[in-house]
Amino acid sequence: MKLFLLLYGLSVGAFAAFMFPEKTKTESIEAGAEIYQDFCVQCHLPTGVGVSGVFPPLKDSDFLRNNIDMSIAGLKYGLKGKIVVNDEEYNGIMASQGLDNEEIADVMNYILNSWGNSYTGQITTEQVELISETILPTE
Amino acid sequence: MKQFLTALSLALFTTVGCAQDNPPFIETPETLSYSYEIVAEGIDIPWGLAFITPEDFLVTEKSGTLYRVVKGIKTAVEGLPPVYSRGQGGLLDIALHPEFNKNSVIYMTLSADVEEDGLGGNTALYSAKLVDTRLEDLKLLYKATPNTKKGQHWGSRIVFDQEGHLFFSIGDRGNRDENPQDINRDGGKIYRLTLDGSIPQDNPHVGIDGAKTAVYSYGHRNPQALVMHPETGVLWETEHGPRGGDEINIIQKGKNYGWPTITYGINYSGTPITDKKQMEGMEQPFYYWVPSIGPSGMAFSTSGVYPDWKGNLFAGSLAFQYLERLVIENNKVVKREKVLDQIGRVRNVVQGPDGFLYVGVEGKGILKIIPNS
Repeated sequence: MKLFLLLYGLSVGAFAAFMFPEKTKTESIEAGAEIYQDFCVQCHLPTGVGVSGVFPPLKDSDFLRNNIDMSIAGLKYGLKGKIVVNDEEYNGIMASQGLDNEEIADVMNYILNSWGNSYTGQITTEQVELISETILPTE
Repeated sequence: MKQFLTALSLALFTTVGCAQDNPPFIETPETLSYSYEIVAEGIDIPWGLAFITPEDFLVTEKSGTLYRVVKGIKTAVEGLPPVYSRGQGGLLDIALHPEFNKNSVIYMTLSADVEEDGLGGNTALYSAKLVDTRLEDLKLLYKATPNTKKGQHWGSRIVFDQEGHLFFSIGDRGNRDENPQDINRDGGKIYRLTLDGSIPQDNPHVGIDGAKTAVYSYGHRNPQALVMHPETGVLWETEHGPRGGDEINIIQKGKNYGWPTITYGINYSGTPITDKKQMEGMEQPFYYWVPSIGPSGMAFSTSGVYPDWKGNLFAGSLAFQYLERLVIENNKVVKREKVLDQIGRVRNVVQGPDGFLYVGVEGKGILKIIPNS
């Protein structure tokens, strides 16, 4: 019986992995690089430094490091209002870019592992899926 | 002495600008001859603005809401087509039919995935009848193809001439190598239609096999302002270039504006796009901005409401968060000045039917510029 359950569990897991394959971290970062070039680069710039006081930096950003879930929510739903990044205040609007959950995971993995940023884990599609709008700051 | 030197270098810096900047350099006036009031508030990205009367106007919010604002109270209009909100796309411009008072017809450009031509979306032009705060009789007049999941460069603005034509713009859709220079493909174009959406028979590519016959001019990157010159009746345009390549163009039928074969700009990363700034058979910009201001929206002030600004051109700056005033003399930009400095990302500017300038500012809404008396 135990063996059956184990096999059952394994096969369900394998089926799920087959149906919803998660990229490896390297694949995800690679896909994220393309999303970044299409959707992010105009404001946050190719080196992730942003524009002081206007578009917050993604490179070496304390806000991003300390608020990964909120950053994901910002990508999903848009982010507006006052935030403080590396002791500088930003009060702009980032509109939702209309990316799907997988694209958000990919671009997060790219950002979290570029320009000297490093993140030991991997943002997964499922993790993005579970994040709701409620964690965003309310005005 | 040190203070003097600091003051001197500051003065030099602010008036001369950086060596590679394109003159005339932007100026910040010492005293302001105006103030402003907010006439519609709480709109994140106010893209399009069309006046029915000075106190009754339509505003598009990029994520997909159309507001009718009456005496400062805004109501969401119902009956919009589905908006494909992705990247720089969404609900874009809005314009009233030249005989709106008789027929209640409005036009809108927006990002749509209505056609079964692949994943993603492309820019579409719709018309509809506005009944109070409801759209009826919705018609799809034009839909660019193919769809793409690219987030960039949808355009778009709508404008009319006096001869029964509608012009609208679509950007290169993030495919600069294929779209802007090919008249058989959509994207990177200014289009011209009649008011019912049909193709004017004197459009430049009518009769050419395979050509997109709605095309009026091509070789554009991302045009986000169109306006008719109040005196010459000629179409003026601004477009987002790459880094250092934002342009003002005077649009002529059938002409090629060069993107990406010629440009004054470079890639965002700093690498070159082309070594060519001009070429036979391609139009030069009327003016190009270095550094790029991120131009969106454009209006001529003709009313005399602002005596010192009569005849000047105004352009929104998304990048530097001000409204730019351009003085044009003898077919040349001779002065550039900041208006509403640090106001926020300026998405649009329109001269209202009362002659005042109305400015769409991201996160703020619609601002009315009031001259000091």
